[in-house]
Amino acid sequence: METEAVMQHLGLVCVSFIFTAIFGLLLGIIGYNFKRTRFIILWFVDILQTIPVLALLGIIMIFFGATFRTVVIGIVLYSLLPVVRNTIVGLEQIDPAIREAAIGMGMTKRQRLYKIEFPLAFPIIFTGLKISVITSIGIAVFGAVVGGGGLGYTINRAIMIQDGNTLFKATLALVLMSLAFDLIMGLIEKKLDYSKRRGSV
Amino acid sequence: MIEFKNVKKAYQDNVVIEDLSFTINDGEFVCIIGPSGCGKTTTLKMINRLHKVNGGEILIDGTNINDIDVNELRKSIGYVIQHIGLFPNMNVKQNISVVPTLLKWSKDKIDLRIKELMKMINMPFDEFAYKYPNELSGGQQQRVGVLRALAANPNIILMDEPFGALDPITRDVLQDELRNIHDQLKKTIIFVTHDMDEAVKMADRILFLDGGKILQYATPEEMLKNPGTPLIREFLGKISYDYNASDLTCEDVMRKRVYTVYNKERTLKCTSIMKQRDVASLVVVDHNNRYLGIIRIEDIKSEGVPGETIEKLIRKEDITVLINSNARDAFSELEKDNKEYLVVLKRDRQVAGIITRSSMAKALASLIWGENDV
Repeated sequence: METEAVMQHLGLVCVSFIFTAIFGLLLGIIGYNFKRTRFIILWFVDILQTIPVLALLGIIMIFFGATFRTVVIGIVLYSLLPVVRNTIVGLEQIDPAIREAAIGMGMTKRQRLYKIEFPLAFPIIFTGLKISVITSIGIAVFGAVVGGGGLGYTINRAIMIQDGNTLFKATLALVLMSLAFDLIMGLIEKKLDYSKRRGSV
Repeated sequence: MIEFKNVKKAYQDNVVIEDLSFTINDGEFVCIIGPSGCGKTTTLKMINRLHKVNGGEILIDGTNINDIDVNELRKSIGYVIQHIGLFPNMNVKQNISVVPTLLKWSKDKIDLRIKELMKMINMPFDEFAYKYPNELSGGQQQRVGVLRALAANPNIILMDEPFGALDPITRDVLQDELRNIHDQLKKTIIFVTHDMDEAVKMADRILFLDGGKILQYATPEEMLKNPGTPLIREFLGKISYDYNASDLTCEDVMRKRVYTVYNKERTLKCTSIMKQRDVASLVVVDHNNRYLGIIRIEDIKSEGVPGETIEKLIRKEDITVLINSNARDAFSELEKDNKEYLVVLKRDRQVAGIITRSSMAKALASLIWGENDV
């Protein structure tokens, strides 16, 4: 029962992560390239964060019912902010000299983004992704309320029947999950640091 | 050939360049110099359209640059910036191959080209190709920056104060290397600097700008000899002193009046000239005024036979210098064996003048107090 709940929880987190990454990056790149949209995009993802999770899930449930899908949408909306903001910040903090060199060498906007800007911003973007994944582990707990299952369901039930043992196990599982993601993604994060990158000498 | 025709540039209402016209020939090394805000960087960046021209036109080989696709134009022009701007996510090889890759060169061609380029500046391929920019010193980074600009073999290279951020010794080495590269490859190089030493050292021609206008466009030699305005003179300042001191030739410091005699002259005539001029020796020449040696009063006294020619008494002393050799060298030659004078010869060994200790003193004085006051 518990393993199933853990897997379910992981599933929620992973599926949401894929969508968060896609939409977060997209919004971030749009915000970076079109200065006028930047304010609106940041404002939008900011506002989403201020809505209490349960209220947000409730609103989504009106449209999509108490399903897995509702929880995923909720998690995605809620964890967009770090990805979007870090994408914009990461792209903006690139040394203007590097950008000038790239423009002066005749790269198109797209070539610059693929070859230079995105790779250079990626360490910061990745940090945003890490934060959003870890946030989403916590948010997924609320998913139980709208039928998303996962560890939230286990915890809810354990509270109701005052099953301290299960409650402890489920909480421990959540903590371990967060720590594991943090550790693994932290290691990748370190590898991405260009300032420490070495050639094969 | 790059032609500026009545080029105008303004940022909003602030007119930076009003009416700029000049030409840069193929293979020429032109330095653009001037005080801050004179429009030198703007001028440079208009060539690869990083800055838009607001009026007039810039032609490259007769084609208006606005008629060329902007990215194609930029790929055909090498570009080196002061802050180097190597891509930190790419190693040396990848950095150099950026433009060739954009131009879709084959992998083999790119590899060959990179090895050739790195060889040119003595950067061993095996040692450096796979290093990342953060593993290189500033000088090495800018070497890679220069190679990156050269990679796709462009005819024109723009350089915006490329060595401004380097320490003086490294800068000096890179200047020499760049000059060598230019001499070998004959690229057209447009080089912005605020350092007159650098401009004089590197340039075939110096374009001096102030307030978006050309004050002078001339070779370094011409600019040093005739600075167009007080501002240019001020820029040259200290440097013209250095320049003159090390670049004066024997011609500049020699005395043109030389007491010469023909080799067929008789001894009596020689002694009378010596007495008249109050000198102890004379320069002996043939009928074409070619240097043969000198004749000394003591030799005439001890060995001379009255009525005979001086031919047997001529000392073939090695006290000659060529007219275009460095004055400083001549002076140290003069010092070496405590010689009285040096005979200055033209290429065909004709006597052109003479350098004595007093000419040395005069030359030094002219450097210190200026030519006109001596």
